Amino acid sequence: MEILTYTFFITFLAMTFRMATPVLLGTLGEAFAERSGILNLGIEGIMLVGASIGFMVTYFMGSLWLGIFTAAFMGLLMGLLMAFLSVTLGAQQHVAGLGITFLGTGLSFFLYRLFVAPEGGVPPTIVPFRPVEIPGLSGIPVLGPTIFTQPVLVYLALILVPIVGFIFYRTTLGLNLTAVGQNPKAADTAGINVFRIRYLCLLIAGALAGIAGAWFSMAQSSQFLPGMTMGRGWVCVALVIFANWSPYRILGGALLFGGIDALQTTFAALGVAFPYRILQMLPYIFTIVILVAVARRATYPAALLQPYRREG
Amino acid sequence: MRFPKLKVEKRPLPDLKTKILWPVLSILIALGIGAILIAAAGVDPLTGYYHLFSGALGDVHAISETLWRFTPLLLTGTAVALAFRCKFWNIGAEGQMLIGATVATFFGVSFIGTPSWLLIPLVIISGFLAGALWAVIPAILKAKFKADEVVTTLLGNWIILYFVGYLVEGPWRDPTSLWPESPAIAATAVFPRLVSGYRVHIGFIIAIFFAILFFIVLRKTVWGSQIKAVGANPRAADFMGIKVTRVLITVAILSGGIAGIAGVNELCGTHLHMKGLGFFGGTGELSWGYGYAGVFIAMLGGLSAIGVPVAAFFMAVMIQGSRAMYRATGVPSPFFYAMEGIILVCLLLGIFLTYYRIRRVKG
Amino acid sequence: MKRSPVVIKMVRITKKFPGVIANDKINFEVRKGEIHALLGENGAGKTTLMNILYGLYRPDAGEIYIRGKKVTIKSPNDAISHKVGMIHQHFTLVPPFTVTQNIILGLKFPKGVLKIGRAEKRVAELSEKYGLKVEPRAQVWQLSVGEQQRVEILKALYRGAETLILDEPTSVLTPGEVRDLFKTLRSLAKAGASIVFISHKLDEVIEISDRITVLRDGKFVATKKTSTTDKGELARLMVKREVIFRLKKPKAKLGKPALEIKKVSALSDRKLPALKEVSLSVREGEILGVAGVAGNGQRELAEVIASIRKATEGKVIVKGKDMTNRPPSEIVEAGVGRIPEDRLDMGLITDLSVKENLVLETLRDFSDKAVLFFPEGVFLNHSAIDKYADKLISEFRVITPSREVPSKTLSGGNLQRLILARVLARNPKILVASEPTRGLDVGATEYIRRKLLEQKTRGAAILLISEDLEEILTLSDRIAVMYEGKIMGIVPARKAKIEKIGLMMAGTPLSKIGR
Repeated sequence: MEILTYTFFITFLAMTFRMATPVLLGTLGEAFAERSGILNLGIEGIMLVGASIGFMVTYFMGSLWLGIFTAAFMGLLMGLLMAFLSVTLGAQQHVAGLGITFLGTGLSFFLYRLFVAPEGGVPPTIVPFRPVEIPGLSGIPVLGPTIFTQPVLVYLALILVPIVGFIFYRTTLGLNLTAVGQNPKAADTAGINVFRIRYLCLLIAGALAGIAGAWFSMAQSSQFLPGMTMGRGWVCVALVIFANWSPYRILGGALLFGGIDALQTTFAALGVAFPYRILQMLPYIFTIVILVAVARRATYPAALLQPYRREG
Repeated sequence: MRFPKLKVEKRPLPDLKTKILWPVLSILIALGIGAILIAAAGVDPLTGYYHLFSGALGDVHAISETLWRFTPLLLTGTAVALAFRCKFWNIGAEGQMLIGATVATFFGVSFIGTPSWLLIPLVIISGFLAGALWAVIPAILKAKFKADEVVTTLLGNWIILYFVGYLVEGPWRDPTSLWPESPAIAATAVFPRLVSGYRVHIGFIIAIFFAILFFIVLRKTVWGSQIKAVGANPRAADFMGIKVTRVLITVAILSGGIAGIAGVNELCGTHLHMKGLGFFGGTGELSWGYGYAGVFIAMLGGLSAIGVPVAAFFMAVMIQGSRAMYRATGVPSPFFYAMEGIILVCLLLGIFLTYYRIRRVKG
Repeated sequence: MKRSPVVIKMVRITKKFPGVIANDKINFEVRKGEIHALLGENGAGKTTLMNILYGLYRPDAGEIYIRGKKVTIKSPNDAISHKVGMIHQHFTLVPPFTVTQNIILGLKFPKGVLKIGRAEKRVAELSEKYGLKVEPRAQVWQLSVGEQQRVEILKALYRGAETLILDEPTSVLTPGEVRDLFKTLRSLAKAGASIVFISHKLDEVIEISDRITVLRDGKFVATKKTSTTDKGELARLMVKREVIFRLKKPKAKLGKPALEIKKVSALSDRKLPALKEVSLSVREGEILGVAGVAGNGQRELAEVIASIRKATEGKVIVKGKDMTNRPPSEIVEAGVGRIPEDRLDMGLITDLSVKENLVLETLRDFSDKAVLFFPEGVFLNHSAIDKYADKLISEFRVITPSREVPSKTLSGGNLQRLILARVLARNPKILVASEPTRGLDVGATEYIRRKLLEQKTRGAAILLISEDLEEILTLSDRIAVMYEGKIMGIVPARKAKIEKIGLMMAGTPLSKIGR
């Protein structure tokens, strides 16, 4: 009984980090976009494209890393499209973002059916990312198996947190992009290229979302299923508000979400007598609750949703 | 990275010709891109498109199928367009549709034997109220807590989806059926067909009714003017004495209600059983998908009472046509899904070009 | 006396915008160590010209020479590299950032990593050197307007600016702060900086400048040495017409108090006290002008009366009835006409048509009976709306191609006429007008002021809030001065002395001012 509980705890924690990874990646990317003033609602579609294309490249080329790279690149391209729509054209960001989501969802589905698995077939699989032990650290009790024995993408996501923090708070890029999101006119007058910064932030957001999506088909499972991101992209949008656009709080939020998600999965696996569909509702209810709890006090980037135009 | 220096210039106010030219042009461009996708499938684009359009409109049977498909699309499109008009970003039409269908299932299954003239209105009203409720909650969260409705309505979709899955796999599961679904609704709750032999049913009339209602509300009522004002500038609307919160809540009620009726439409017109995850459409679909399609239709239709039915019809043609094209040529049927996004993006560009010019700046 | 070298020379600068030539072959030069004023009315082209110098606009024709060399200025960065700095009328600061963060914004650091500590030290040094007191770590949103302006100036100096352009710098300052600014400018000029001072205020321009260049309707008029000219000549050059409109202010025939504000307090958007127990009363037939530097609570006062801001204490009494915190629709029904400060964002819905904007405030008048859930009626009577709109458009001479076009296509003056039409057509008993002529040309300004006086003669009680002291003096019967949310004093317009008002605007209550 003792061992069971300990094992349960370790499994649960390890799973928390895994479930948190795509959300962490996506939210960090979203933070870049929103901090510079663009609401990126295309994240769900970009994730699906990443999942689909990453899987397909891995399936055909046999290389996971090539797959990840392509997923990131495709995400970057979609971020570019989003930037063109919302920054250059100044289209309503809600509409542009939803358009990107539709585009991504549709394309991911269509291309998968086209190149990999025509309807009615058995979905093919790849060999996914396996947990990698970090020499030395993976021996530490508790922390070892939970944090230091994970697929590489988890490490990537965790490392990004302090990196993004450094960028936001200690570099000129961070200062500039925050200024762009708060008062683009001031940034422009200070000689900052508002458009270039917003493009850059959307490219980053897209790339990260692409990698986040690839997680689903290349690490969490070994196949691609249409719609497999199950709304995680939208969770990212909520989390970024909850975290008040700060990377460390994003980590916290992602882990919280990952925890609830892991909880419902482990309960189901343990055969807990609770309808598992109801458990599956929990992470989404949780996300709404935390969003509502903080929304009032959130300090939005002041220029969020306003396209910037310079006259003359 | 050197970006070409582009300058965006406002055109002088566009006339009707320009306003129509660019959107039409952009749809043609989108179809052109679609041709590339068809070609990627190894099929000649002209053949592909031929099968697509004839499959949707080629004969009476095809047209009736298209109209049958058109019905829920028009409902959700209207629902979402109404909400978007006052900038209430209701992406939750899918969930509102599902909850409408769920409540309708309850009444449909529990009141076997009740005559049609009682049961059908009951089912419709209950579906409306359920959908309205599911939309009002995010609206209140937005009004009181400033919670972003894009996220709340969307997450709401997933919550209902799983709840329906729970019901249909558990307490409501029909023991006589192979897959998870509810027992069939009463025969008196089934929507009668319009013409025997064809799938189009009275839901079509209901959808047209709401589309007309949408038109009337926007053009001819006080409420419609208030909706337009709040959608254009909530601060100014408030200043002018319009009760913004009240507009928001009432719009949420009607929007969610219409989406709820879309769910009733699917249940009582076509499926007759409430289905669970993965069994909605027969291709492993998580859900009927009409709610999300409604968002697309609303945007494609420019949120206008005339544009939405056109967009809904166009989409119905696309969906039916894609399936026909698949059967005839093997081009994967998610073609229409990909086209949605392509068309929308091209349309955004087209709308932009109606009002602005892009010029290269020297130096 | 040897003349100092020319630092900046702008030759035949031309800049066109759709429908207007903002700068028409303008010549302008600035010498080292001088304070050169750029004078003209609103819309004369002063800001446009300097925006071109600062790289925000590209000229359609003309050349710029800096220290003798011809230059092309494509962006503010270019301007800064030529040691030109600009302090705009509306500050370009990022409110949640600190002073230092704002100052270093846009600067390059080695490897892109910020060195905040070093920057803070340099900010402190510069602030010491030029007497511009600021706290490097303070967050900008907490600073006073005068302090924020100092941050803007430091921004330019930090980047090595030797030429400073200030655009209407005194429009947001109290008389005391203006004096401090002038002291700073003089010491900067003595240290060798060249200063361009854009203004439309004759007195200040004469006080501070060495030379004055006058622009009018986009054209260069003249450059004069300040010591050799006077207000009269400058005014003539600025305006060309001899008429400096002298509106006949009709004698006030006063009635009962129609609008009473009793000890009203309210919070600003930042939850700080904006109004502190303000009491005012306006009688029928009088115009009470509320003067004061912008940002001292005037906007919040108008918003509380208009019922779009909550009064946390006190009462707003309209024609004897307590209307505190009632919904805006009731205020309008009670006969209060509101002309908001923010024309485009609040006064109108620019995406909607002209006719819709005319009737949105009072939809109930154009609808059928109220039913159940629809207290304002259900269906609209479109023909009645069309007739009403046409009537107003012609009566108030709103220039528009039709009543159906989106109102954003109208010019500024016509937008204000539209608002005026909407409000005045209902013959309001009480009018609250905030900055009614801001940004309008002479013709529109004259029209609106005349209309206000008309209303006064009709017996309306008018509360006029304006930053334009001249407007207050021209129109008001009594003048109230606001400072930091309080009324410093109320004086009859006839007996008002500028110094008294200036002192009140700067914070001295009337009771403490001697004779």
